[in-house]
Amino acid sequence: MRTVAIVGASLAGLSAARALRSQGYDGRLVILGEEAHRPYDRPPLSKEFLAGEMPESALALETDDEALDAHWMLGARAVGLDRSDRAIRLSDGGTVRADGVVVATGAAARTLPAGGGLAGVHVLRTLDDARALREDLARGGTLVVVGGGFIGAEVASTARALGLEVTVVSATPTPLAGPLGPGMSGLVSTLHADHGVRLLCGTGVRGLSGGDRVEAVLLEDGRRLAADTVVVGVGARPCVEWLEGSGVALEDGVRCDAGGGTSVPGVVAVGDCAAWYDPAVGAHRRVEHWTGALERAAAAVTTLLSGGASAPEPVRAPYFWSDQYGVRLQFAGYSAEADRVTIEEGAADDRSFLAVSWRADRPVAVLGVNRARPFMRWRRRLATEAVQRAGSF
Amino acid sequence: MIPVCRLADLPRGEAFRFENIPPIAVFHTDAGEVYAIDDTCTHQDASLSDGWLEGCEVECPLHASKFDLRTGRVDAPPAKLPVRAHQVVVEDGMIYVQLSQDAPNLPPCVAHRLAGEGAA
Repeated sequence: MRTVAIVGASLAGLSAARALRSQGYDGRLVILGEEAHRPYDRPPLSKEFLAGEMPESALALETDDEALDAHWMLGARAVGLDRSDRAIRLSDGGTVRADGVVVATGAAARTLPAGGGLAGVHVLRTLDDARALREDLARGGTLVVVGGGFIGAEVASTARALGLEVTVVSATPTPLAGPLGPGMSGLVSTLHADHGVRLLCGTGVRGLSGGDRVEAVLLEDGRRLAADTVVVGVGARPCVEWLEGSGVALEDGVRCDAGGGTSVPGVVAVGDCAAWYDPAVGAHRRVEHWTGALERAAAAVTTLLSGGASAPEPVRAPYFWSDQYGVRLQFAGYSAEADRVTIEEGAADDRSFLAVSWRADRPVAVLGVNRARPFMRWRRRLATEAVQRAGSF
Repeated sequence: MIPVCRLADLPRGEAFRFENIPPIAVFHTDAGEVYAIDDTCTHQDASLSDGWLEGCEVECPLHASKFDLRTGRVDAPPAKLPVRAHQVVVEDGMIYVQLSQDAPNLPPCVAHRLAGEGAA
């Protein structure tokens, strides 16, 4: 393999580049990035960076002495892939040919069907998004967050600390019900009210109103919420349109085996754009977590360099964390499998506890709230049991 | 030298967080060695004494950065900068730490908070 092209220059792409070099690949390495920026860390964009506590320079993911010997092409958007010679077509008409391709194009923030084009309406995904939102939050006033997910909760927390009046609108009966499951999400939904943030659950958004600038959020139940700034945090869609017609199988992202291999030889995928087969649940899952982008890159590179011949190491269960209202939430596992939740340590009312989701007598997910040490032990236990189960098939 | 805790109170495989500014993490490895490093991960605000100890290496509980206890070196990202390693002396069953004279590599949010407290 003489040229490897990595499409995507964020955490997954950078991790893949590092893995290629550490696994001994010494050929030409091309890294394509749609954004103009070198790889940066996204989690602080809704927290420390948005709060003005962290300079832009601290977001850089690369070290000063990083020696990847890569050719960086930033501001280059991939628009197509020819599978016959693995040629990546770029929006500027250029082409990059490679012997191996790592697809790491990530995901893009979903928007509301209506209300586009109004000033003061934001999504939060990129550094440019965060800069723009930070400017608007500095105006003060009223913020309405549409969406009950982590991005929305973190932005609400940051904006509240900056002194804004904040309302969170969640279509689900409790926020975070998707990622945490209904049992666990109820345990943390009180955090908003604790800190003076209004939470409206179980209602959708009909639209936004305003002239040039947004003035209000209109709810499906008829209510009208005045807003100086609106953040739409309603999830992300995988950036894989550019692969349509390429022969790379797509289904809610790039469909991959358990090692990141795609339906096309010489093409692997990793990060938010990739739906890997997960033996622990017997299905393809697209995991939009930071740690997945970090940890799975090495497995995808092993698959690429071995031509798919090496058996993939089992990957750890999905893990994510969230800092909101001065509380640290950590979650690992698969809440959808659970049939009951127990509190193993602490108490939900104290905002400091460790909860475990079970399926029969088997732990399937763990949630820690300000419980880093026992959380780590439970996360290891989940990983160990998953490996044992995978080995017993 | 700062007296930190009694060796008998820190079993092998365990870590102790010593409150200091910044805090210090003291580890007693499975092989019986005692090491001290800065407790705060250089990437983001997390306590390394809550992390996973394996050999002479600790894995951050938040993002799985790994640090070498002997030198403070980064063994695995996302951390980019080393933690300080402090000299340890065990005498009469007591663990003492001699703090490094180097400036600590604190994550931006913690450095910001400490700067704010210093100004207040």
